[in-house]
Amino acid sequence: MDHHRRARGDRAPTPWSLIVIAFATLALMVVVGCGSSDDEGSATSGSTLPSRIGAGEGELNVIAWEGYTQPQWVKPFTKQTGCKVNAKYAGSSDEMVTLMRQGGGSQYDLVSASGDASVRLIRGGDVQPVNVALIPGWRDFIPQLKSPAHNTVDGKHYGVSLQWGPNTLLYNTRDVTSRPTSWATIYDPAYKGKVTVPDNPIQIADAALYLSRTRPELGIRDPYSLTEEQLDAAVELLKQQRPLIKKYWALASDEIDLFKNGDAVVGASWPYQTITLQADGAPVADLIPREGATGWADTWMLSSKARHPNCAYAWMKWISEPRVQAQQAISFGETPANTKACPYMDRIERGACAKYHANAPTSYFDSIHFWRTPTRDCGGEGGDCTDYNTWQQKWTEVKG
Amino acid sequence: MDGGEGLSAAPAGASPLRRARGRVSAGLFRRAWLRATLLLGAPAAWFVLIYLAALVVLFVSAFWRVDEFTGELVHDWTLDNFKTIVEEPTYRTIALRTIGIAAAVTVTDALLALPFAYFAARLASPRLQSLLFVVVLVPLWTSYLVRVYAWRLILAQDGILNWTLGKLGLGPLDIAYSNWAMWIVFSYIWLPFMILPVWLAFERVPASFLEASADLGAHGWTTFRRVLLPLVLPGVVAGSIFTFSLTLGDFITPTLVGGAGSDFIGNVVYRSVGIASNVPFAAAFATIPLLVMALYLLVARRLGAFEAL
Repeated sequence: MDHHRRARGDRAPTPWSLIVIAFATLALMVVVGCGSSDDEGSATSGSTLPSRIGAGEGELNVIAWEGYTQPQWVKPFTKQTGCKVNAKYAGSSDEMVTLMRQGGGSQYDLVSASGDASVRLIRGGDVQPVNVALIPGWRDFIPQLKSPAHNTVDGKHYGVSLQWGPNTLLYNTRDVTSRPTSWATIYDPAYKGKVTVPDNPIQIADAALYLSRTRPELGIRDPYSLTEEQLDAAVELLKQQRPLIKKYWALASDEIDLFKNGDAVVGASWPYQTITLQADGAPVADLIPREGATGWADTWMLSSKARHPNCAYAWMKWISEPRVQAQQAISFGETPANTKACPYMDRIERGACAKYHANAPTSYFDSIHFWRTPTRDCGGEGGDCTDYNTWQQKWTEVKG
Repeated sequence: MDGGEGLSAAPAGASPLRRARGRVSAGLFRRAWLRATLLLGAPAAWFVLIYLAALVVLFVSAFWRVDEFTGELVHDWTLDNFKTIVEEPTYRTIALRTIGIAAAVTVTDALLALPFAYFAARLASPRLQSLLFVVVLVPLWTSYLVRVYAWRLILAQDGILNWTLGKLGLGPLDIAYSNWAMWIVFSYIWLPFMILPVWLAFERVPASFLEASADLGAHGWTTFRRVLLPLVLPGVVAGSIFTFSLTLGDFITPTLVGGAGSDFIGNVVYRSVGIASNVPFAAAFATIPLLVMALYLLVARRLGAFEAL
């Protein structure tokens, strides 16, 4: 066995030249291959609305906010309809829109879109109209959520409203001794390095809402319809706020950590964080400051290429029932769309109906500026406004 | 089988099968390139198709754009993505921050690794050596996420660090969720990748060199500076490739321990793909770390880092 001897003149190949050749070949392949782009016409659904809910397909794929598909109300649904629910949690409205468009849009049947995603989905043709006559719970919804602008266009319902709630001002009662009353608290240099706000472009609307009261000369009437000048003012405020920020929170659990460990003492929040922190014994409280608050109103929307439409309808019907609405409201800390949920809420937890504003007068609802996608046409009022893409870019600038 | 048999000396009357085998192996013996092709073919194809192809697609897609309205890819050739990156000061800040912290982490790890590796390789007893080896490796067997979250608890305002400082009568440090926190956590996480090549480099230096240096009248420090350090430098550079490239590409640590202005290139890429659905922009931005690493590797090759690996 002596042929291990190395033959003479056996030169190692030069790896660099090989790599260069490989690269060049591949680049050519890709460029040539991409010349033939597919010209697929956008298939908008021209079909008529269903008149009844047919037999379930046995499966349902949904995109939801975390906490929206708890076993508490999913299990009985599956038992009743035979539809197995596969949930994909999304962390932001932007992510929901991206997920809905992935893989041609037929991957998911339903999405629990907030108002800042729903209009984008409608305009992009990603969702289809729904026959609300098939959803008995819909008749008992509070009037403002039967045909709101964020899910109803030209009288067509692109989904069924679900739950809603305000974005609140959260503060540590030990470190902030006098109860704050204004959003000015989160722009106050006294709390330098102790402030946290959501890492979300829609946060610009919170700044705009604050400015609409403190700087009336800007003429901001709607925090989601901002002219370039108004947007610049809001961005300027947020840039001044940036040195005060401890962290822009991406997940609700981030903010909970920040408050628990004393890294933040004031912040913009959801009721969910307050409930969780208080349950942990943390000294926190929240409120809606005098300028009002932004908030979310979620809608279950049906994909225009849904593969399990019957299960989707069954789900929308189920989730709109008063009892299920009550369960979700208490579990997440939000307000149900169905007015009949109130007694069920009190049955689960004494005083829950009042605590989560399910019986609040309509003026409470009207005081909340619900998340909406900023568009160029100033939300139907005409004029020249800044769109969401611009907001996204500005938000990146703010965070730097 | 009967192994003593030569290649060209197949005995007369051997079976045809055997002769064929002989011819094949003789052919392989003479043609080195054929041997190399057969041995390296499969892994090379894998490398070219999976790794390089992905890189090429990435680079090509950087010149496309996304339709603002429908969010779909449009295959027009445009330089807009690169223009945004160059003209928008935010992206410059983010790129410089990423490269700056990667460099700071690399220098910190080199400074920490040199004395440790020197001790471990040249002074420690064999038993202590194997113990130190395990100590260096143990963190690598623990989940990355667990270690980053642990640091989050250590550095928090009411965390262990400030509690300890308070007991010592020192004021609390306000470094949770900041670039300082990222620097500390990155330096900690990638330290083993620096220690191991430096350790190896110290071990490779023959003892006779040091003796010769001493015989010629050099003091310990002079020997370290003029004999040891030049010889272990390739090891340090090899380690720095790891610490630098790993920091450069990370986006989880900035998310978890970073503060208000702590986005890395990776965070922008992640958001562009997963949330804004703008793959072309992500691809354009991702070419920055690719270029930086290519330059870094060229310099590292000059300094002999690849021989030290």
